[in-house]
Amino acid sequence: MSILDWFDKKKKKVKSTDKLNIPGNLWLNCPKCSEVSFRKDLENNMMVCMSCGHHFRISPQQRIAYTFDTDSFDEHDGDLEPTDFLDFVDTEPYVKRIQKTKKKTDKCEAIVTGTAALNGKKVNVGIMDFSYMGGSMGAVVGEKLTRLIEKSVNDKLPVIVFTMSGGARMQEGIVSLMQMAKTSAALSRLNQERVLYISVLCDPTTGGTSASFAMLGDVQIAEPGALISFAGPRVIEQTIKQKLPAGFQRAEFLLEHGMVDMVVERKKLRDMLINIVSILDYNEDSYG
Amino acid sequence: MAKILEFEEPIKELYDKIDQLKLLSKDGKIDLDSEINKIEKRAESLKKDIFSDLTPHQIVQIARHPNRPDTTSLARLICDRFTQLYGDRLYRDDPSIVGGIGMIGSQRIMLIGHQKGHDTKENIYRNFGMPHPEGYRKALRLMKLAEKFGIPIVTFIDTPGAYPGLEAEERGQAEAIARNLREMVGIKVPIVSFVIGEGGSGGALAIGVSDCIFMMQYSVYSVISPEGCASILFRDAKKSEDASKSLKLTAPDVVKLGVADSIIEEPLGGSHNNWEGTADSMKKHLLEILKSFIKKDPDTLIEDRYTKFRRIGSFISS
Repeated sequence: MSILDWFDKKKKKVKSTDKLNIPGNLWLNCPKCSEVSFRKDLENNMMVCMSCGHHFRISPQQRIAYTFDTDSFDEHDGDLEPTDFLDFVDTEPYVKRIQKTKKKTDKCEAIVTGTAALNGKKVNVGIMDFSYMGGSMGAVVGEKLTRLIEKSVNDKLPVIVFTMSGGARMQEGIVSLMQMAKTSAALSRLNQERVLYISVLCDPTTGGTSASFAMLGDVQIAEPGALISFAGPRVIEQTIKQKLPAGFQRAEFLLEHGMVDMVVERKKLRDMLINIVSILDYNEDSYG
Repeated sequence: MAKILEFEEPIKELYDKIDQLKLLSKDGKIDLDSEINKIEKRAESLKKDIFSDLTPHQIVQIARHPNRPDTTSLARLICDRFTQLYGDRLYRDDPSIVGGIGMIGSQRIMLIGHQKGHDTKENIYRNFGMPHPEGYRKALRLMKLAEKFGIPIVTFIDTPGAYPGLEAEERGQAEAIARNLREMVGIKVPIVSFVIGEGGSGGALAIGVSDCIFMMQYSVYSVISPEGCASILFRDAKKSEDASKSLKLTAPDVVKLGVADSIIEEPLGGSHNNWEGTADSMKKHLLEILKSFIKKDPDTLIEDRYTKFRRIGSFISS
């Protein structure tokens, strides 16, 4: 590397920086109340705004750290990666988009699955990741989730899935739509085996994701303020040509309309999950 | 007056000419039969040419053609008897999804399908074939009824999608679709689906988790409408023609991807020009496939249905 290259690299870094978003940045501002907070303070508060209670969108790794026993997470199927089987081209080829997203996010897909311990009790866990192509569900998300659920059909461990997704991944066409049927089919087996499934709906959960596994929990928990819908608010506004009421399709609205069991703050989620699992997980033998 | 699609116009011009000649030969003494014959032949071969080389965008237009046969009309053409059943027992009857019991010869069926209209008035009543949650709940109620009495289920898919509206959201559109997906997998009677027009996204799939999925030759099945895809991914609503191509939504593509099982050929010039011919060939295929299911016990049926959807999807694994 010549000294000129080094300068080039440095220049690029400064140019492409979005100050408030890069990891390691000291300050973050709340997208809801605009309050500026020290990142460390926010992290200590589980990425919930100290001033207005807004729940920031967080990574699977953060959710694991906030929810499950320390160092208990064991990832499954981390090697599955998407492929451009339709030769899909929009503003750029899907195959390029896959490469770019991997480089940008250092992630292989929009979901992480594995086994973790919840207060010593083993559970199978799926956590979606909005930062990877809007958490969209393609063949890999469908496959990883289905394997996770099938694993639970066999080992009878409760399944907990954190949903955070814009819906089906359009670049995978009809195949992405069929992942809705595939994951729901697996849940039908889980249901038959009477294994507990808890769906934790995070911001946002919309489209094909909400219209399949997200809405099929034995217990449905939503994070405060999360957007949960089939059709997005913009599409609805365009269809009915009206402004939507405040709070429409937010977690609290769904609770009021009977679509979720509870809205639980991030800080209280772990205890609530422990509570629910301890009562509903019928197979006493699986403890330990 | 039937709607003529842009690419159908040359065909229509020839038929108009034939009509004119027929009129002339009726009141005149000139014998134009051979001339008429010639043009008829030309029209037929032109029709064949045009319809054998349609773009995905043109196929989308045929799939949405206002004169395409609808669920209720097909039900009446296919069944010897058909009795509609109404309501979800929870909220109301949704006219966007119809269903009922029917007989084809000695074969009993439960037929459920999206219902579009053929004109504006009908379409407003039918909400353009876009169901609310109660439509999906009615469909599930009827499927359970069919299961109880051991009647095979037949579904006709023809919707732009589930309705994106305020009340649909309030009443749980996502939950209604999700529940149908999960429940259909475990239904203990055969389920056969026909995509008769537009297979629009989750709203279509919600009655399409089946043992066998037929696609009519000029039907489409897609994760999102080409217009929606164009405005979101291409950032330009006018690019829907490109989106139709990218989405691989035509019958041959959907079969190739392992989602649909086979294609039913439409009468020359498309189903919208020949409802009876369409119904006849659907009936033939339906009876044949139902016969093949008779030998299957419910457990195998459900196992095979599971495997069918379980297999869909490609990925890289290192």
